[in-house]
Amino acid sequence: MKLKKKIPVIDQGNSLGFWGGKFGGNFVPETLKKPIEDLEVLFNKLKKDKKFISERDKYFQNWVGAPTRFIKLESLTNYIGGAQIWSKVVSDANGGAHKIYNATVHCLLAKRSGKKIICGDTGAGYAGKMLSMAAKKFGLKCKIFMGAKDIARQQPNVKAMKKNGAEVIPVYSGSQTLVDAVSECMRFWVANCDTTAMCVGSTVGPAVFVRICGWSTSQISRELKGQLIDEFGSIPKKLKLYNCVGGGSSSFGFWNEFMDYDKKQVEFIGVEAGGPAKSKKHAAPLTYGSKIGILHGAAQYVNQNSDGQIEETESISAGLDYPGISPLHCFLKDTKRARYTAASDEEALSAYKLVTKFEDLRPSLEPSHAFFVALKEAKKLSNDTVVVINSCGDAYKDRGILEERLGKKYVKSN
Amino acid sequence: MLNPISVAFKKARTENRPALLTYTVAGDSSKKQSLDILKSISKSADILEVGVPHNTPVADGSQIQTSAYRAIKKGIKIIDIFKIVRDFKKFDKSKPIILMGYYNMIFQYGENNFLNKCKTSGVNGLIVVDLPWPENKDFAKKCKKKSIYFIQLLSPTTTSKRLRKIIQNSHPMNYFISMLSTTGGKLKVSPREILKNYNRIKKINPKKEVVIGFGITDKTIGKLKSADGLVVGSAICKEITRSLNSRQNPVINVGKLVRKLKNKIK
Ligand SMILES: Cc1ncc(COP(=O)(O)O)c(C=O)c1O
Repeated sequence: MKLKKKIPVIDQGNSLGFWGGKFGGNFVPETLKKPIEDLEVLFNKLKKDKKFISERDKYFQNWVGAPTRFIKLESLTNYIGGAQIWSKVVSDANGGAHKIYNATVHCLLAKRSGKKIICGDTGAGYAGKMLSMAAKKFGLKCKIFMGAKDIARQQPNVKAMKKNGAEVIPVYSGSQTLVDAVSECMRFWVANCDTTAMCVGSTVGPAVFVRICGWSTSQISRELKGQLIDEFGSIPKKLKLYNCVGGGSSSFGFWNEFMDYDKKQVEFIGVEAGGPAKSKKHAAPLTYGSKIGILHGAAQYVNQNSDGQIEETESISAGLDYPGISPLHCFLKDTKRARYTAASDEEALSAYKLVTKFEDLRPSLEPSHAFFVALKEAKKLSNDTVVVINSCGDAYKDRGILEERLGKKYVKSN
Repeated sequence: MLNPISVAFKKARTENRPALLTYTVAGDSSKKQSLDILKSISKSADILEVGVPHNTPVADGSQIQTSAYRAIKKGIKIIDIFKIVRDFKKFDKSKPIILMGYYNMIFQYGENNFLNKCKTSGVNGLIVVDLPWPENKDFAKKCKKKSIYFIQLLSPTTTSKRLRKIIQNSHPMNYFISMLSTTGGKLKVSPREILKNYNRIKKINPKKEVVIGFGITDKTIGKLKSADGLVVGSAICKEITRSLNSRQNPVINVGKLVRKLKNKIK
């Protein structure tokens, strides 16, 4: 299995949509074949269309807000005493997380295809919140599927969705988390694909959704590349990019523009959710050696039992609480371009405490996983190493959990 | 030897009626009960579809999901499902059985192992909901070598060009999904419209059997009589749930329901 240079990774799949010949694909009910093909044709055309790209860039610039900040975390760097620690503050983006990129592009595509309704899944509530914002902006009706457990633990985002006029549909099946929300959203699309567009909230699902999402979030690394050159004059000789990995959309977008660099120069580190330290359950299929299986239309490493039933996951972070992982990351893992590891609930919380103690930055529980591993490793690295963590979400949505686990003083009221 | 599925269609045709296909989930609400249900309906039904329950079923509505979760909760494994089929075949050797499920379970079992097990247990056909054409080409070939029908699904969204290709490559039986819906949806298009689409498919190759499924109940089945076969699934799963909730015997109630369905298409 080989990663090709000079070809975008999203376009390295074969004719059936498999990366490395075995990850991804389109394991979908017959009914979805046609709408997926239509979306593929549209996307393949538009991603080469200069007018469409400038339209996208216009919205990214003026509405999403580009670029998001790239800042040095001076106090943390001093405290840790190893590598330089930087952050790409993607939570600056309109709505407070990277999910806005994919949501915006899907709404632009939906408009072009003449659809009036868009449906989407959400875990942490960011994908849903951003889709509700973009749908409102582009005049589409919006339906969001969300696990009942996530609705309870991510209330601020649920309120935001409703305020934007989206219908939030609770999903009570299975573990009542993201995996069930995606299933229910796909079912809704099966029954309504003639009138409704679907947005999958991460780089998961049938191949075209993986590609659209990765194409959209790549804005992050496009910005970062320019910012690194502005700051250092060139891409640093030792650069390490840390990102949490749920479905894998923020991490893929954070890395994409650096794909062709030697990994000795630009290393990618993906941090999955290890779950509670005491629990056997986790959401880290790459770290803990899960087998390849099919979930939500794509072949990927996925937590499952020997019969092929998908296993329940557990994580403090609703956004990472997913048993599978993008085919793109399976491909990056098996080609050894990226390295994957996990942080536990407790470790993520400790990193959140440390970051908020030293910096004016409030990463949500998802990026707190990445901060944990980055800070641990930065300690052992020389100060000419540039460590960058994608702070891809804001902790406002997690205030309930943070208050419960860490006490009131860690929760700001805004 | 002719596949018992084809024999069943022939028999129905001589009786001037569509074949009746039922769908029940293996292990719902227990291994024994699901076997007893199969036995109780085998006289009225022509072909038995046995659902392989999966916990991430992206094409199933709430009734079949409920049945599947119930079965999984009781601990049903693939190996048990093969045993149910084998035990059923001891009871009624000639009644065709089709397993219907999702690809991951076959993939984990191993395609070849799975087919070998199907063969030795007496499975006559397979429907794999999320393995569409052309992704299913290789697997369908393997099925053919074992004389197991791989049943292609067709939908109202399937383009004419695609229909022709699929039918050309298909085994003797195909399955037309009546409308844009998961299983168990309310019939939202008229039987006339469904039959129009059905006839469009039949015209491509009249020799291939085409059954219609999704949304069919005892209320609507009579209006679709001109098809080669009709599948009733969610309505049966719903009856199992209703029976359990009202502390009645699902085996008796499902038996009654299937007899009723049969009477409507005679
Ligand atoms: C802030 C944040 N980060 C990360 C994720 C994980 O998703 P992905 O790996 O696709 O970025 C989510 C998902 O909801 C999220 O809200």
